[in-house]
Amino acid sequence: MTTNPLSQSNKYRSLVSQRVRQILPSGIRKFFDLLASMEGVISLGIGEPDFATPWHVREAAIYSLEKGYTMYTSNQGMPELRQELSRYLKDTYNLEYDPNSELLITVGVSEALDLAMRASIDPGDEVIMPDPCYVAYDAAVILAGGRPIMVPTSQENNFEVSAADIESKVTDKTKTILIGYPANPTGAVMPRNKLKQIAEVARRHNLLVASDEIYAKLVYGTEHTCFATLPGMKERTIFLGGFSKAYAMTGWRIGYAAANREIIAAMTKIHQYTIMSAPTMGQVAAIEALKSGEASVAEMVEDYNRRRLVMVKGLCDIGLSCFEPKGAFYAFPSIKNTGMTSEEFAERLLVEEKVAVVPGSAFGQCGEGHVRCCYATSLADIEEALARMKRFVNKHKKI
Amino acid sequence: MLKEILKILENDARITTKQIATMTGTPVDEVAKLIKKAEEERAILKYKTVINWDKVGDEQVWALIEVKITPQRDVGFDAIAERIYRFPQARTVYLVSGTYDLLVLVTDKTMHEVADFVAQKLAPIEGVQGTVTHFLLKRYKEDGEILEGGEGGKRQPVIL
Repeated sequence: MTTNPLSQSNKYRSLVSQRVRQILPSGIRKFFDLLASMEGVISLGIGEPDFATPWHVREAAIYSLEKGYTMYTSNQGMPELRQELSRYLKDTYNLEYDPNSELLITVGVSEALDLAMRASIDPGDEVIMPDPCYVAYDAAVILAGGRPIMVPTSQENNFEVSAADIESKVTDKTKTILIGYPANPTGAVMPRNKLKQIAEVARRHNLLVASDEIYAKLVYGTEHTCFATLPGMKERTIFLGGFSKAYAMTGWRIGYAAANREIIAAMTKIHQYTIMSAPTMGQVAAIEALKSGEASVAEMVEDYNRRRLVMVKGLCDIGLSCFEPKGAFYAFPSIKNTGMTSEEFAERLLVEEKVAVVPGSAFGQCGEGHVRCCYATSLADIEEALARMKRFVNKHKKI
Repeated sequence: MLKEILKILENDARITTKQIATMTGTPVDEVAKLIKKAEEERAILKYKTVINWDKVGDEQVWALIEVKITPQRDVGFDAIAERIYRFPQARTVYLVSGTYDLLVLVTDKTMHEVADFVAQKLAPIEGVQGTVTHFLLKRYKEDGEILEGGEGGKRQPVIL
């Protein structure tokens, strides 16, 4: 007797939890199979530095392996790493976090985000976030049993989320405002005064603010404002950060959360039952990055900035209007003049010209009409990608 | 701005003025003017290419030569250094601290020619007390570039 694999899969699908079934697979991964099967693709699709981790950081981790540091660490993370992190946050933002009770080392900022949501959300609680935003935000809220509430943002406002728009969505169910600036996918950076207005909303309605600042170090010609530094905000902010983007350490999976001791204790509880401790060698690498990584970061930021300017000008020259992204390593041009949906654009660009970009719709409804182009790739590739995109846009331009 | 332009050029001499203008957010004319000025003032000495000659099967012999010299009144090491760096075989000449005074990088077609140069030209110069010749056996890194199996190309074909 043969079994139909399809009916098999249907049979088991019903065993998957409702909660998980309501989450769509990340739109970012949609072209993965197609991409993997193609030769000669220039990918502007992947949101990670094209630098390898600075050698001194790798070397520190290798040394620790040689010395046999291969065991679990404390649940909250190695004491030395928390000490260093505490010092770093003090030096950088003048924020004082107790390394013993107010910091938690996680498996990338992704885990920190998940823990923050699970530790604070009760069933039905609402979390307000900008649209478009990073693909994991609404999923993290849904998985925690909450409801994501989207606040539209647009190119006209440089994809900055307005405090008034946030406040208009506040209900008695609202628990948290979740923001991530510098932003993935738009590259937007929020000016301090606009964040202050959001802080006012949080205070007025007694809300938590989860602030994902993974791209904090990647800003160009402007300042990053750490949300927790705003008056009265340290206590109600869950500050999420990590090493992946600034130190080119994506594969090491080390992030952190900084918050008041109740929140950190709650997050640590989940962390200890699900993760135990973040990878030891990654933590050793993170210590080295904090101790002497600044020069490498500055060099990489300088380099990204040059490519950023080439990418943005190139996109505008092709006729894909693009606001100036001041942070992260993404440009988020409008593709409306092609008359295509962003998914159609991304798919046809990949098939016809072998350039991979991510459809804006993967990041929320307001991302429709845009594509995300990551410029953390070589200058030669950026220029070749732009040349191919130019050919593509000229062929399909409607307006 | 000049420093920024020079850093970009130092890393890639083939980059165009227009590209630099975009990368630095400076008008093309301004970039061209600054480069021209840097060339005139010899802040930019020349534009060259870093080549792995082994790849094209054209082996050159290189030697690092430590030169110990007696400094002279009024001119110190400079006069002897000049007598050495005037030879085209001396590709790089540095005054260094430590157990010897000049470090001279010499290249020629054969080991014999390099040895000859040292014995016939360099060592007999008045004021040169002695030389130690190190023939170069293998290049691992040249001007910041790793010659074999560098860093690139480790990224997985994923969209994240």
